[in-house]
Amino acid sequence: MKNIIKKISDLMDSIGRPVRLMEVCGTHTVAIFRHGIREILPEGIIFLSGPGCPVCVTPIKDVDTAIAISKMNDFILATFGDMMRVPGSKQSLYHAQAEGADIRVVYSSMDALKLASENKERNIVFFATGFETTSPSVAGTLFEAERIGVDNFYIYSAHKTIPPAIKALLDSDDVRVEGFILPGHVSTIIGSRPYEFIASDYRVSSVITGFDAEDILQAIMMLLEQIASGKPAVEIQYKRAVREEGNPKAVSLMNEYFEPRNANWRGIGMIPRSGLRLRDKFGRWDAEKLFHIDIPDSKEPKSCICGSVIRGAKIPTDCPLFGRACTPERPVGACMVSTEGSCAAYYKYSGVYRG
Amino acid sequence: MCLAVPSKIISIEDTTAIVDVYGARRAISLLLLEDRVNVGDYVLVHAGFAIQKVQEEYAEETLELFKQWIEAERKASN
Repeated sequence: MKNIIKKISDLMDSIGRPVRLMEVCGTHTVAIFRHGIREILPEGIIFLSGPGCPVCVTPIKDVDTAIAISKMNDFILATFGDMMRVPGSKQSLYHAQAEGADIRVVYSSMDALKLASENKERNIVFFATGFETTSPSVAGTLFEAERIGVDNFYIYSAHKTIPPAIKALLDSDDVRVEGFILPGHVSTIIGSRPYEFIASDYRVSSVITGFDAEDILQAIMMLLEQIASGKPAVEIQYKRAVREEGNPKAVSLMNEYFEPRNANWRGIGMIPRSGLRLRDKFGRWDAEKLFHIDIPDSKEPKSCICGSVIRGAKIPTDCPLFGRACTPERPVGACMVSTEGSCAAYYKYSGVYRG
Repeated sequence: MCLAVPSKIISIEDTTAIVDVYGARRAISLLLLEDRVNVGDYVLVHAGFAIQKVQEEYAEETLELFKQWIEAERKASN
């Protein structure tokens, strides 16, 4: 490991200026803090946290819709636990549950399907959030629902995809990134090819990265080598779990059930073709089409800069609410809710704000 | 949220497998898996689905890493 750190220092000397890297995935944000990587590397390496936290980017409107579904007669809303505390316009799923809405936390969409088999007289809606790591599992669950003949199971899709979000960042004026630490397990599914535009169209470096300290350091070294040589590429550091072609079976099931649509990212706004909705032929599972839930658009909380943080344009400590009005116990913005949100990670690991 | 945990396959029936993670057993789906797997193999599991076959050596290393994270988390919250 010492050799890698030495190599990184040498590369920074030869580059001779600060370098801005973005870790796209929330798990990497937390891993970088946990391993103390910021402390052991030269100061010139600036880490920006990206939009890869599904909890953080799910818009208020989707949270409000999930809450509205949970309050409908004879409905059960099943959700991943991470979504429970995300503030909607008036309340969170957690609050709605405390008021009596039937909301169940599940570990897998298959558990939600099981709920449907066990509660035939109720309608079960699964709040489908997450990136490409997760959406194939939801497609797999619908395949299973069809096979076993369940007819009281639906999904509300808030799924999003990573490459269009990276493209949107590269297209925006206020974000300058020279290298991306790309997500590990999203890439287990999609492989490295969907990222090729980053190098070919934008001349920016990227490395698909694993989660231990050595993985991350090695990826940083690979990024700096690309930057120093002026030859951007998409490389795979996390070869133990990622193949160039990804997992074609998972991708084909995802594409069979879902199609791209324009989607709102909390704090960022609309990103073309960055969301997934069920294809028309699978409309019988689609809560959005069947139940006509009409929820108005909502504004982000005043002063919250979550959107700029997610895009890497600002860091959490730039926010006037950070650590004061907004803490993990009483979050204002979504970046403080998820343990993988940048604000929550800064709060927890920076030490400064802990009593 | 996109974390996938290496898990050892204990038994397989059709497209469902029972896996072991830190001594806990649960049923997962093999529906998304491209590769053929056998009892004793390791797979990466996310949200109840195996998403990739992995080598045992890597699985053990990663499980050790996650264990450290969980312990650090427990210490921090105490």
